[in-house]
Amino acid sequence: MASYKMHLLVCGGTGCRASESAKIVEELSVEIKRVGLENDAQVLTTGCFGFCEKGPIVKVVPDNTFYTQVKPGDCKEIIEEHILKGRKVKRLLYEDPTTKEHIEDSKHMQFYQKQIRIALRNCGFIDPENIDEYIARDGYSALAKVLGEYTPQQTIDIIKKSGLRGRGGGGFPTGLKWEIASKNKADQKYVVCNADEGDPGAFMDRSILEGDPHSIIEAMAICGYSIGATKGIIYIRAEYPLAISRLKVAGRQCRAYGLLGKDIMGTGFDFELELRYGAGAFVCGEETALIRSMEGFRGEPTVKPPFPAEKGYMGKPTNVNNVETFANVPAIILKGADWFSSIGTEKSKGTKVFALAGKINNVGLIEVPMGITLREVIYEIGGGIKGGKKFKAVQTGGPSGGCLTEKHLDVPIDYDNLIAAGSMMGSGGMIVMDEDDCMVAVAKFYLEFTVEESCGKCAPCRVGNKRLHENLEKICNGRGTTEDVEYLKNLGKVIKDTALCGLGQTSPNPVLSTIEHFYDEYLAHVTERRCPAGQCKALKLYTIIADKCTGCTACVRACPVAAITGEKRQPHVIDAEKCIRCGACFDKCKFSAIHVQ
Amino acid sequence: MGAFKIQECHLKSIAEICTYYKNDPGDLIKILYSVQKELGFLPEDVQREVARILKISVARVYGVVSFYSFFTMTPKGKYPISVCMGTACYVRGAEKIVDELKEQLKIKVGGVTEDGKFSLDCLRCVGACGLAPVMLIGEKVYGRLEPSLIKDILDSYE
Repeated sequence: MASYKMHLLVCGGTGCRASESAKIVEELSVEIKRVGLENDAQVLTTGCFGFCEKGPIVKVVPDNTFYTQVKPGDCKEIIEEHILKGRKVKRLLYEDPTTKEHIEDSKHMQFYQKQIRIALRNCGFIDPENIDEYIARDGYSALAKVLGEYTPQQTIDIIKKSGLRGRGGGGFPTGLKWEIASKNKADQKYVVCNADEGDPGAFMDRSILEGDPHSIIEAMAICGYSIGATKGIIYIRAEYPLAISRLKVAGRQCRAYGLLGKDIMGTGFDFELELRYGAGAFVCGEETALIRSMEGFRGEPTVKPPFPAEKGYMGKPTNVNNVETFANVPAIILKGADWFSSIGTEKSKGTKVFALAGKINNVGLIEVPMGITLREVIYEIGGGIKGGKKFKAVQTGGPSGGCLTEKHLDVPIDYDNLIAAGSMMGSGGMIVMDEDDCMVAVAKFYLEFTVEESCGKCAPCRVGNKRLHENLEKICNGRGTTEDVEYLKNLGKVIKDTALCGLGQTSPNPVLSTIEHFYDEYLAHVTERRCPAGQCKALKLYTIIADKCTGCTACVRACPVAAITGEKRQPHVIDAEKCIRCGACFDKCKFSAIHVQ
Repeated sequence: MGAFKIQECHLKSIAEICTYYKNDPGDLIKILYSVQKELGFLPEDVQREVARILKISVARVYGVVSFYSFFTMTPKGKYPISVCMGTACYVRGAEKIVDELKEQLKIKVGGVTEDGKFSLDCLRCVGACGLAPVMLIGEKVYGRLEPSLIKDILDSYE
């Protein structure tokens, strides 16, 4: 960073931008000028800090002050008090939920204490639109090291030795993938970055691309050198306009610095980069489907083998890696394979970025060492369940994954343990659910997604998932039987065994894993016609508790179907026949007199 | 779709976009992306025109348009509303937001209001899970929504 004494880092991630972080940057700059400190303090827009729950975030360095939920109107006070007079604005500091203490230094926040940031190393530290800041944090020195000191095979060996595995879901060893692509001879090879993040509730790739685009470009060039490819393509969702624009800026800067194009750093290595847009199809996260899509077709997967490393984009050997996988590469090259493999568990090395969301206090993006337990993630980093409710399950792996329950809280998280527990790592979505979430409805939610996103090429996925969904709908509507639950189990297994691609083979997981862990809940739906979480509308029964009802008639006015009757100041009653179970009366009642069963 | 008549100016911009991508069918998705940005949607006539220029079948163009959720064959409202249906928003009550919008706008998901002002869609994760539940109106993100806030937000669009 330049020679300023102080820097005010403002989060420019999508979440914080939605809460006017751009305006905060503007206001802070205006205020700094107003007090005449423009040569001492600088305002920067950075990538995501990860602590999205309390956004927008303003961090002041070097003293690591972490201001949360800053509003444009707070800027004047921050500048006048903190920057000018050196007094921190206490009311904006993060308050520890248990000790109620205002934490002055972000290093002491529990949210960050257990995190190790490798893939996110630059997110929230540098201005993603300024290549010099990336270079100041050792950017492009990994590429220089590789081009100057290592042969392609030596580079591959380092990645192999580090134990890095694909972060997109499958967990295939990255070094091995590179080696296979490097051994296939062709006049042209391709490096592809899979940035088609389609898993609902996961936003790590977007945050890396928005916060540290250069790390991806550097890693792709390193990969290109290793496998003998001169062309790189980033396949990115068109729905990520900010990430696209930052990548474009980064690409332009690289060309100006000679880090992309012909004869990079005078070593004779050529590498060009291109962007391709995905247009919203989940299946395109599967590498063969992604390649079809890049060629301008419907994104339908093809049968493997041949693998992309043999015949990929335009029939040429192609290496596809996910964004987060690439983000680890420069760090491994610089710090060495031994350093990387010292973190994590025996078979899963390094860290994993998770998007922690759902019913949890600290929603955000976290990067933790492999082998951490769910308990540490949920209760220490995540700050526990929202509203003091009871923890029920964590869904990992998105629509291809499953649920982990209380009994898995102390299982070390890595690729193999998650699979053994009936879920998977997936891209890293981690959705926390509490006692109010119905697991049958959650399974239905995921199946709805899969049905919509199935490409339709193979029957098990196209037809089978539709049947699964219909069955779940039947159960949620109170018309299911125990046979239906058995049917779900059998059909789920058939789909797993027979579907063409990774998407189809994993699509029944949400159903199978909820049946396994929450069989009682399924039974309650089909035998007692009861939804234990009280979420399935058709199974709800609204009644008025006569003792608590004051007869204020608020519910009568709220009811859209006139199902509630009663005299003023007398207890009212709900006609169960007329009731459409919309819950409007429940939301309106100030006296908690509406009972839901 | 009958209301849309392809105009000379549309043909011109389609041709320009195709030329920019060297009439390469490999860039079909990028071409459709640019055309949709220009015209707002991709009705049948437009798809026919793209197919003609690129010398590929209309079926292939339609196949791509119908495959990807980003492409639409019907026009959106002046203020397109998209409610995030990602898992994080779902568990924090996105369904109730959709119900409220349907009620207020008197349209279904995928529909457009009679005056063409609003259209309602669901999308999968805008990546602002910290603000769940979230909706977008145009490019503006509204977070930490509750059904009771919807009316005022809609009223603010004149």
